[in-house]
Amino acid sequence: MSAAQKAMAEADLVDDREGMTYLNRLPRRIVVIYIPLAIFVFVLLFPFYWMGVTALKPNAELNNFNDYNPFWPSSPTLQHIKYLLTETSYPGWLWNTMLVAFGSTVLSLFCAVLAAYAIERIRFKGSRVTGLMIFLAYLVPPSILFIPLAYMTIRLGIYDSRMALILTYPTFLVPFCTWLLMGYFRSIPYELEECALVDGASRWEILTKIMLPLAVPGLISAGIFAFTLSWNEFIYALTLIGSSENKTVPVGVLTELVRGDVYEWGALMAGALVGSLPVVILYSFFVDYYVSSMTGAVKE
Amino acid sequence: MAQATLTTAPPHRSLLADLSHNRAFLGILFMVPAACILLFFLTYPLGLGVWLGFTDARLNRPGFFIGFENYVSLSGDPIFWLSVFNTLLYTTVASILKFALGLWLALILNENLPFKSFFRAVVLLPWVVPTVLSALAFWWIFDSQFSIISWVLMKAGLISSPINFLGDTTNARASVIAANVWRGIPFVAITLLAGLQTISPSLQEAATLDGATPWQRFRHITLPLLTPIIAVVMTFSVLFTFTDFQLIWVLTRGGPLNATHLMATLSFQRFSSGQLGEGAAIAVAMVPFLLAAILFSYFGLQRRKWQQGGDD
Repeated sequence: MSAAQKAMAEADLVDDREGMTYLNRLPRRIVVIYIPLAIFVFVLLFPFYWMGVTALKPNAELNNFNDYNPFWPSSPTLQHIKYLLTETSYPGWLWNTMLVAFGSTVLSLFCAVLAAYAIERIRFKGSRVTGLMIFLAYLVPPSILFIPLAYMTIRLGIYDSRMALILTYPTFLVPFCTWLLMGYFRSIPYELEECALVDGASRWEILTKIMLPLAVPGLISAGIFAFTLSWNEFIYALTLIGSSENKTVPVGVLTELVRGDVYEWGALMAGALVGSLPVVILYSFFVDYYVSSMTGAVKE
Repeated sequence: MAQATLTTAPPHRSLLADLSHNRAFLGILFMVPAACILLFFLTYPLGLGVWLGFTDARLNRPGFFIGFENYVSLSGDPIFWLSVFNTLLYTTVASILKFALGLWLALILNENLPFKSFFRAVVLLPWVVPTVLSALAFWWIFDSQFSIISWVLMKAGLISSPINFLGDTTNARASVIAANVWRGIPFVAITLLAGLQTISPSLQEAATLDGATPWQRFRHITLPLLTPIIAVVMTFSVLFTFTDFQLIWVLTRGGPLNATHLMATLSFQRFSSGQLGEGAAIAVAMVPFLLAAILFSYFGLQRRKWQQGGDD
């Protein structure tokens, strides 16, 4: 190994794969790796760019690609966002989405923590089967549940209320969070718990004072993931909510801002942009937690 | 002090103490909140859905039992069979593309790249943003007159008139599949990337020393070690593609000429036009396919244990 390669390997000790890259010459790497990567990133991000640019264009530029450069707003304006926030029910939808996502996340986390602890650590009779059932529950898609749920919520008298969504979202959040937290609890050493048991701590004390502080990363992962899933949920919000003031952002934008034959693309894209921002901001702060919860749920 | 409380306490709280050390009791107590929610809002509705499929229920009145009438009328309904065909086509094509492109992206991201974590974060964005909202962006991109894709292609002189993305049956199918693939790639890529990172680089190095070509290394090392996670990822992907609703509902609502109607969108359409029973029957008809996917996942997981040297 030449001195230069040695220096390179030492510079990046964290990554073992460094060792093989010298086999690829730079021109080859450009063709095989960088160009496809650039295309992937471009395609994956372009819709967001287009959404943002459209939201900032004044109406005159929206449909006139020949007089104005379509890829850049010549005279950017906030009129669409202002219209959205002042002349539509959009702020109300944002508030609803926030409340529903927050409520269902808290409820699901509470249920999931207890369930995951019971399955993983109390190991009562039938805990394995229960774990499997929880996994199967995760595989039940909302598209086959929305009709009976709509039928039920009407009879329960909670149709068209935020409560309907807060209570139904846990059907997919609880299985997911439980499954994820089971993995986290499994990684905490048994000895800690045994010590506490010998010292006379109750199960509740062990859970709240030992397990939960150690499982904080897992709780954050499950929490932000659940929040995102409820923020993005559509089919339940579409079927269980009827009146405009109770709608969530995805449903509101689609059912109230799309009307007639002439679409107000500026306002629509502004609605999409503003509705995406909260989860994107949350995501940008917790990227690693997202990745770990996404891969954790699959790996187990 | 501690001694005193220990000796006096037992007779006072014996029942409670017994219960608090009984695993079965504690386990069930801790399961109560989750079980209540899942049994009441998941298991019960599943059963209720099956029952509704056998009735002529409406939203505001419980229906009467009508046996297999909904299923009989569905089996003679060409739109239903078209939706089954569309769903299978959509799921197959989109899943294959998602898998191929996702694996490719995962392999690229697994290389030693500058700004690796930045790329990983950016790639996941389509998955984080609410599907309905990104689908709206696609709706605008697929606009029949002002599509940016058409404009660019026309400027480049490749086509003479705008592409009718969502108005033509073939184009509409291709467009919704493209949008679904766009949204699904990040999930497949990031989870497969996590799988790739568990493969020890020394295996690759050993194979290289033995003279294996990159293709041979991929075919005989990477792929077999990745198979178990591929099985799980693709099961999830197939499951969610099969039951997809939002993307179609935003882009085409099943049109043109029902060419993009999936079983989920058809079910919703019947439901919202008041035929609750028939909508529920369509949803029940999706179950056999889902079971097949779950069994596939089960055997995928089994194989994983065996590959890791564990007992089956």
